[in-house]
Amino acid sequence: MNENDLIDEAGIASESPLQIMADHLREIGQGIVLSSGIIHGEIELQVNAGNVVQLLMLVRDDRQAAFTQLIDLTAVDYPERKNRFDVVYQMLSMSNNMRLRIVATVSEGQTVPSVTGVFMAANWAEREVWDMFGIFFSGHPDLRRLLTDYGFEGHPLRKDFPLTGHVEVRYDDTQRRVINEPVHLVQEFRDFDFLSPWEGMHNELGGSAAKADPDKTAK
Amino acid sequence: MAEMQIKPITMNFGPQHPAAHGVLRLVLEMDGEVIERADPHIGLLHRGTEKLIEHKTYLQALPYFDRLDYVSPMNQEHAWALSIEKALGIKVPRRAQYIRVLYCEIGRILNHLLNLTTFAIDVGAMTPLLWGFEEREHLMGFYERACGARLHAAYFRPGGVHQDLPDDLLRDINNWTKTFPAFIQDMETLLSENRIFKQRTVDIGVISEEDALSLGMTGPCLRGSGVAWDLRKNQPYDVYDEMDFDIPIGKTGDCYARYLIRVEEMRQSLRIIEQAIANMPSGPVMAPDHKVTPPQRGEMKQSMEALIHHFKLYTEGFHVPEGESYTAVEAPKGEFGVFLVSDGTNKPYRCKIRAPGFYFMAAVDHLSRGHMLADSVAIIGSLDIVFGEIDR
Repeated sequence: MNENDLIDEAGIASESPLQIMADHLREIGQGIVLSSGIIHGEIELQVNAGNVVQLLMLVRDDRQAAFTQLIDLTAVDYPERKNRFDVVYQMLSMSNNMRLRIVATVSEGQTVPSVTGVFMAANWAEREVWDMFGIFFSGHPDLRRLLTDYGFEGHPLRKDFPLTGHVEVRYDDTQRRVINEPVHLVQEFRDFDFLSPWEGMHNELGGSAAKADPDKTAK
Repeated sequence: MAEMQIKPITMNFGPQHPAAHGVLRLVLEMDGEVIERADPHIGLLHRGTEKLIEHKTYLQALPYFDRLDYVSPMNQEHAWALSIEKALGIKVPRRAQYIRVLYCEIGRILNHLLNLTTFAIDVGAMTPLLWGFEEREHLMGFYERACGARLHAAYFRPGGVHQDLPDDLLRDINNWTKTFPAFIQDMETLLSENRIFKQRTVDIGVISEEDALSLGMTGPCLRGSGVAWDLRKNQPYDVYDEMDFDIPIGKTGDCYARYLIRVEEMRQSLRIIEQAIANMPSGPVMAPDHKVTPPQRGEMKQSMEALIHHFKLYTEGFHVPEGESYTAVEAPKGEFGVFLVSDGTNKPYRCKIRAPGFYFMAAVDHLSRGHMLADSVAIIGSLDIVFGEIDR
């Protein structure tokens, strides 16, 4: 990779196979692919959620690309962003021995077209994302919850869902059945933040204090 | 005669059933004894591993990987360690790489022993299980001598392995490799040409190559359908590229092909183990970067800096640079991947675990349609399902 970068800088047109593939994908996905990059030996493409099905079909059926396997489908939650979710598709091309990541940014409540028609593997993966993040996939044949309990409420992998959850389960002897009740913590939930208080202190002080500091150390 | 509409019978299989390989509830719509639709209800073992990992430091998250596929714990740890090493850009000492490969292959045999023998018991043969678990005891003994735990090892760490092997362990593993082929032979005489076993597995649960790719099959289930793909060969990690071994490929894609592949993979694993022992280099087993790996105990008695490193490492942990990466290893069941999103702090921002079994379980509906009820048990057995990794 580094060697290739150097050669490129020197102006000789010799690119790594990854770069060639990334360029090729941008070419076949013209008008769909928003941006592309290579990170840790994997190609990453940004795409609008509405074009996901089209792009997945393109990269699967293109003879040169041949990303024939959808390895994984997941999402990442960034609550502070306007479009809070990233839906991530991990693809594998066996003939090229390459990995591709397709990322679509969606907002809360936005639906994503289901890719179950392109890859059967997407069926449960999309159910899991719906269960865990609450991202709705339109056109999915059977979008039920997958991992959580029957009658579960909320989407656990969202960042605003507490680690302890909202309900706990126990067997009630008097009612002779399993019951759900609100979580009762014997001790307050403690999430230790071990981030060093020493580094980044100047940011917290801010303003005049931060400016005054260098003078003090100079004396 | 008037046309009669026969309502399919809905049958509940599990959640506690000896052939369910854990806690699987399978709702089957049956037309007589033929399965029309299988609807697996999973999640009975869901522990929220991915959510928990977001609240732990990178090192504290490692033991969760033992608890995913608890049949071959170290293979999972390997993916986690590799993904952190990739993000941090640290080099692992060669001895540690050899130890990892050695223990990954022990894990592969552990897994295949459990799968093949329980598969046999699912279709009616009891003896292989009793024999196989004796061999598993030997292997778990090797686990214990290396790391102190038979199952939940927490042995592979970012930067190497936690501690060096005791002196005579390699010799004992080597001795065991001499006795194990006899076991495989014995097991094969019980199963491979057994008429009942073949009647239950041949042409059952056939996966075509296209379907296998579309269903996200990996590992022996993909190779059973004739796809020559093994991450140990195609995208080698650690020292797999220095090992000489073969990848068995199936022709028929049925339950029997998957059985045969696993048997042959045990033999190949044995070859890798022998090579790893023969070529085991000496040297350190942990990268010397003490911002990531703990210092030696003796060093801590002498050096203030080592003490600080130790303290910081086990409280704050190390920071991983911002970025996303997907790292996969060839776990015994298939491609086990970790999609790691780090935000530059000491805890992962998001860690998605790609478990091979999840996609196998999703395929059960597709595979068991049109088969008899008893065949669904053979299909589940041949897919190699462990609920620790499916439910996460």
